[in-house]
Amino acid sequence: MDRGTIDFWVGLFVVIGIGAIVFLALRVGNLTSLQRTPSYRLEAAFDNIGGLKLRAPVKAAGVVIGRVERVRFDPTMYRAVVTMSVDQGYQFSKDTIASILTSGLLGEVYIGLDAGGDTQMLADGGMITKTQSAVVLEKLIGQFLFDKAATLGEAKNENR
Amino acid sequence: MPADALTFVIRRIGRATQESVGRLGFATRFFALVLYHSPAAFMRLQLTFREIYFSGVLSLVIILVSGLFVGMVLGLQGYDALNKYGAGDSLGIFVGLSLVRELGPVVAGLLFASRAGSAVTAEIGLMKTTEQIAAMEMMAVDPLARIVAPRFWGGIISMPLLAALFSVLGVFGAYIVGVRLIGLDTGAFWGNMRAGIEFWPDVTNGIIKSIVFGIAVSLIAVFEGYVATPTAEGVSTATTRTVVESSLAILALDFLLTVFMFRGGA
Repeated sequence: MDRGTIDFWVGLFVVIGIGAIVFLALRVGNLTSLQRTPSYRLEAAFDNIGGLKLRAPVKAAGVVIGRVERVRFDPTMYRAVVTMSVDQGYQFSKDTIASILTSGLLGEVYIGLDAGGDTQMLADGGMITKTQSAVVLEKLIGQFLFDKAATLGEAKNENR
Repeated sequence: MPADALTFVIRRIGRATQESVGRLGFATRFFALVLYHSPAAFMRLQLTFREIYFSGVLSLVIILVSGLFVGMVLGLQGYDALNKYGAGDSLGIFVGLSLVRELGPVVAGLLFASRAGSAVTAEIGLMKTTEQIAAMEMMAVDPLARIVAPRFWGGIISMPLLAALFSVLGVFGAYIVGVRLIGLDTGAFWGNMRAGIEFWPDVTNGIIKSIVFGIAVSLIAVFEGYVATPTAEGVSTATTRTVVESSLAILALDFLLTVFMFRGGA
């Protein structure tokens, strides 16, 4: 085997190997969303964040505009403070509502932002004051049963 | 005498322990020596290229075919299990994650150890048996720089590329089974895969794993060849040891790396 042939095959091998890594990066993994677009930080305090995880998407009207960067517990307010990094291109008014939502019944948990009508925009590090906590399924079912029992009880009283 | 039997057993255990610890110590020193002689492998690139050809290019067939079949089996089994929960559309993410994180580096590593690692050990062992290494030393050519370092680096360079190719062929195999045979939606297959797999950390951790496995397999292969008893039997024992030790090293390292890389997230 002469040098030229070996060089050719090794070159080909390295090219398709690197091609495979690029394929994994672009087609299998989503490197495109990794592109560090300039972003700014917003904070929001929730009573309950449910199953929100780090790097969970932040969506506005269903479009991913950012990621959850940090979740911490504030021991003075007894609330969960979520730091999100939002794409610099999207500005939100000061009365934006942040709610913790779930896509589908068992889907991923994300933060939905609903812009308000304020003319002043949230700056970097700004705090979203209007928040809506995660809907905890157990609490929901509990409340439903409680209401049902109450209405049934009233109906019984009326019949009496 | 029972007392004599006892001393005999204790002596045997002691000697075996001492020998294996000594061997490990020599392996570490050998690793340092190989690293010290590594610049030689890059000064004479031709030698390293030749080793990439032998351990990388010639392993392509087994890696590509295995990857394709592993992917197709994952596609069938994964669909079977996921479809019970109505999650057949998640086949893409299931196959992609298992290949990129685990199966790609691990199975490619095991195949690489049996295909290329054993060949390297046998080659170096036979060179030692036929006194080629001694002859080189006589001519003041350092066998570590001339023989060992190029094989070591050839393996390290080949391994991540082979693992990536294995994963790609696996994903392609799952695509054939999932989309072409079973009839899943192409968009759901690729879309779920892209939504669920991140370049950082999933793909990069897979690449790091394959590089670590490449270092482990190459080091074991050149070491076993270099310390092989220079007889026909010695070379065959060394080759077997390479395959067994590399496989165990890959699986143990995989567990350790996984613990560090993916401990539950969040």
